[in-house]
Amino acid sequence: MTKNVYFSVKKQLRLFAQLWVIVLLFAVSKANADWQLNMREGVTEISRAVYDLHMVIFWICVAIAVVVFGVMLFSVIYHRKSRGAKAHNFHENVFVEIAWTVIPMVILIGMAIPATGTLIKMYDSRESDLDIQITGYQWKWRYQYLESGVDFFSSLATPMAQIKGEEPKGEHYLLEVDNPLVIPVGKKIRFLITANDVIHSWWVPDFAVKKDAIPGFINESWTVVEEPGIYRGQCAELCGKDHGFMPIVVEVKSQPDYDAWVKQQQLAQLEKAKSAEKRWSLDELMTTGEAVYLKSCAACHQASGEGIPGAFPALKGSAIVQGDPAAHIDIVLNGKPGTAMQAFIDQLSAVELAAVITYERNAWGDSLGDIISPSQIAKLQQ
Amino acid sequence: MSTTTEQITETSKADTEHHHGPAKGMSRWFFTTNHKDIGTMYLWFSLAMFMTGGCMALMVRAELFQPGLQFIEPDFFNQMTTMHGLIMVFGAVMPAFVGLANWMIPMMIGAPDMALPRLNNWSFWILPFAFSIMLMTLFMDGGGPNFGWTFYAPLSTTFAPPSVTYFIFAVHMMGISSIMGAINVIVTILNMRAPGMIMMKLPLFVWTWLITAFLLILVMPILAGLVTMMLMDIHFSTSFFSAAGGGDPVLFQHIFWFFGHPEVYIMILPAFGIVSEIIPTFARKKLFGYSSMVYATSSIAFLSFIVWAHHMFTVGIPLMGELFFMFATMLIAVPTGVKVFNWVATMFRGSMTFETPMLFSIAFVVLFSIGGFSGLMLAIAPADFQYHDTYFVVAHFHYVLVPGSVFSIMAGVYYWLPKWTGNYYDERMGKIHFWLSFVGINITFFPMHFVGLAGMPRRVPDYALQFADFNAISSVGAFLFGFSQLLFIYNVVSCIRKRNQASNRVWEGSHGLEWTLTSPPPYHSFTTPPKVD
Ligand code: HEC
Ligand code: HEM
Ligand SMILES: [Cu+2]
Ligand SMILES: [Cu+2]
Repeated sequence: MTKNVYFSVKKQLRLFAQLWVIVLLFAVSKANADWQLNMREGVTEISRAVYDLHMVIFWICVAIAVVVFGVMLFSVIYHRKSRGAKAHNFHENVFVEIAWTVIPMVILIGMAIPATGTLIKMYDSRESDLDIQITGYQWKWRYQYLESGVDFFSSLATPMAQIKGEEPKGEHYLLEVDNPLVIPVGKKIRFLITANDVIHSWWVPDFAVKKDAIPGFINESWTVVEEPGIYRGQCAELCGKDHGFMPIVVEVKSQPDYDAWVKQQQLAQLEKAKSAEKRWSLDELMTTGEAVYLKSCAACHQASGEGIPGAFPALKGSAIVQGDPAAHIDIVLNGKPGTAMQAFIDQLSAVELAAVITYERNAWGDSLGDIISPSQIAKLQQ
Repeated sequence: MSTTTEQITETSKADTEHHHGPAKGMSRWFFTTNHKDIGTMYLWFSLAMFMTGGCMALMVRAELFQPGLQFIEPDFFNQMTTMHGLIMVFGAVMPAFVGLANWMIPMMIGAPDMALPRLNNWSFWILPFAFSIMLMTLFMDGGGPNFGWTFYAPLSTTFAPPSVTYFIFAVHMMGISSIMGAINVIVTILNMRAPGMIMMKLPLFVWTWLITAFLLILVMPILAGLVTMMLMDIHFSTSFFSAAGGGDPVLFQHIFWFFGHPEVYIMILPAFGIVSEIIPTFARKKLFGYSSMVYATSSIAFLSFIVWAHHMFTVGIPLMGELFFMFATMLIAVPTGVKVFNWVATMFRGSMTFETPMLFSIAFVVLFSIGGFSGLMLAIAPADFQYHDTYFVVAHFHYVLVPGSVFSIMAGVYYWLPKWTGNYYDERMGKIHFWLSFVGINITFFPMHFVGLAGMPRRVPDYALQFADFNAISSVGAFLFGFSQLLFIYNVVSCIRKRNQASNRVWEGSHGLEWTLTSPPPYHSFTTPPKVD
């Protein structure tokens, strides 16, 4: 039946070889671009141990592949009917069957031993120098330093125009944040990881730390970073619309720099509290409010205030936004449990909250002229 | 006329119809209880779903061709990946295997038909409704499922779009269909074998399907339970998966993967069976290690129930749990290795020819093994902390699913098509289809290993600049592979229409009862049981 159009094995092999040569040429021609092929070794003892495990198991696989595919290729070439090969008549051999059960078993045990050692080390989060609670929110991270009380949110800093292709993309496109996590070098940092809404996963490849952030549960992980620098990662668990847009940036500083940073953060927090006492005009609130809205609310409610039907309600023309300010303040401060509307009471300062609520009540043409004062919100925050 | 004569004429009419072939027109397809008709419908349905899910994959790949958001919004992107995964798993691969089982099991064991023909009709006809409901959700307010094919709570419960209830209903229907199909396979194999067809003489395709059917019966109810718990959480204010009400989101994952890991074996065991039929035919040599193949398949099936948490290494299970699941997972590599070694030993010292089914089968052995190797790497828990939820995993499961399950299905179709239709397909076109698919697959999925290792997470609509080049290559490969499948449709259709009479044996080295029937086989395969010795 194959007589009419005979498409020979040789021709097929030649076609195959030609295609791969084209692919390889293409690859080589761009070899000086950033073509990272392998896992990063990272900058911690653990990340290097993980890298070594990865390489060992990889070479074991390569070795097995060479043997198995080698035998197969040999048969394909030499035991072909077109070469006059006659089929032999063996179909059982207890000895080889036992051999190829036992040998892989031994290899696997050899592999399991170092893997177990590394895993035990990864799980030993005792005796930390610094504890940081990490909370995943739809679509940002919150970092709370348990000892010093420093507490802030960290979200994507890449402008929308770059994402939409209206501006050239920057060097750290999608891997940059407004407030990076800052940690001291050479200290054992323990991360207490949890989430506020859905499951996220906190991952920094250079530390080989990846732990799921699960609402209602606290996971532990730890790291000791050996070199100061900036390390980047991403959320690694699908968490909704903007899962691809919640990166992680960690700045590792020397101890004195770190201490100075903590001081400065604590001062800034005091400043913020003070500014709530000042009197704010409608215009001032509107300008601040628009900025806060675009950063914290527009991902869901959209810049136009029109929301996404079926997922996020429109604020433009909404009964709550148009109605009694108390209800409006309540939903923004406390969120609505069991929905994507999170509580913003600890996320934003009194000024920011007052500004964004004022903004919502006056933007989009349905301006009510209301002013929500920061001092009013500050009272509710206590 | 008295009622009795009426009845008699009725029955004799039914009888003649029975002996002479199918009913005419559409009612043949709606009311058929014939294993071949139902098998055919399953296969066409699966092909339609494969193309639908494929278009969704191409949309995903188009968006990922370059960094930045070009064509689709992130939420729609999530709907596309989710639907693509669900449709490929439940709509393309599983129904294709059931279709092959329907066609081949009665012919391979010497039976006239499946044991429970009406159940058979029903289990097929549920599917078009289930998938219509599922596809409909895309047009509802808030869109369709956007929480990944693994639909982890609370993203799929508290935070899901309103259409999730339809999704739950569709999953229930698919589950019912699979369970009924599985019952039918088991009853047929255990009760309808020809005299002399003892268990240890069953063709491997039948053996692997028997084991798959048991897996299906064991795990589909778990999936049904899981989506019912979701339904309760969403509509009846229970808190199975909500920590705020005392529930546990991780419980969801344990239940899902207790279903999910056997599920991935449901998608690969029948593939093992098909390849174990094809390789001996074209190597003109008996399958090496028949009984070790049966034992290996059984041990894989058993082990598949005790490895589920390898999908959850990063959720924070205790150290001892982590170790247990790591060891158990590594253990699966042993019986899987045995199968690969057996196939290679079958080819060794054979007398091989390379018709299209054999090409697909050889590619299966090589590329499935590559997927197996990356699987072994993923089993190493500390390393999985780096691999988990990256494109490395996407590369891994596509190597086992596409050149694994999908290639085996295509191999099976080319292998049995001349038997089914009575015509040979065009060998040259078959080979072109094979080579385009083979090259396309590797260009698509091999670079995904690299971007995954370099740190690109999965399920993202946009990525950092260092991943751009490999993503562009992947997308080119995806379109090559996708469009090559049009050739497959062309080949199948022209084989059905062209007259190029196939012999009964079809292949020089074919072996087994199905080849003793005429090509195409009679409507009721074996009306008198053949003797097997
Ligand atoms: C992660 C998505 C998300 C973000 C971010 C978000 N919201 Fe919401 N918001 C929602 C959802 C979902 C609802 C509807 C809750 C419900 O089911 O009633 C909502 C409801 C509201 C409502 C009530 C609207 C109505 O008519 O019911 C207001 C007011 C509101 N949000 C203000 C804000 C403000 C102010 C911000 C930013 C500081 C913000 N939201 C950020 C998701 C979000
Ligand atoms: C044309 C061939 C295919 C292409 C180009 C393709 C491409 C893709 C891509 C790009 C993703 C999304 C990854 C992500 O964003 O995380 C994906 C996910 C997936 N694919 Fe495919 N795929 C193909 C065929 C298949 C087949 C045949 C199957 C099943 C047998 C399959 C099963 C899956 C599954 C289960 C997922 C996971 C979905 C999820 O993340 O929830 N794919 N595929
Ligand atoms: Cu995420
Ligand atoms: Cu698994």
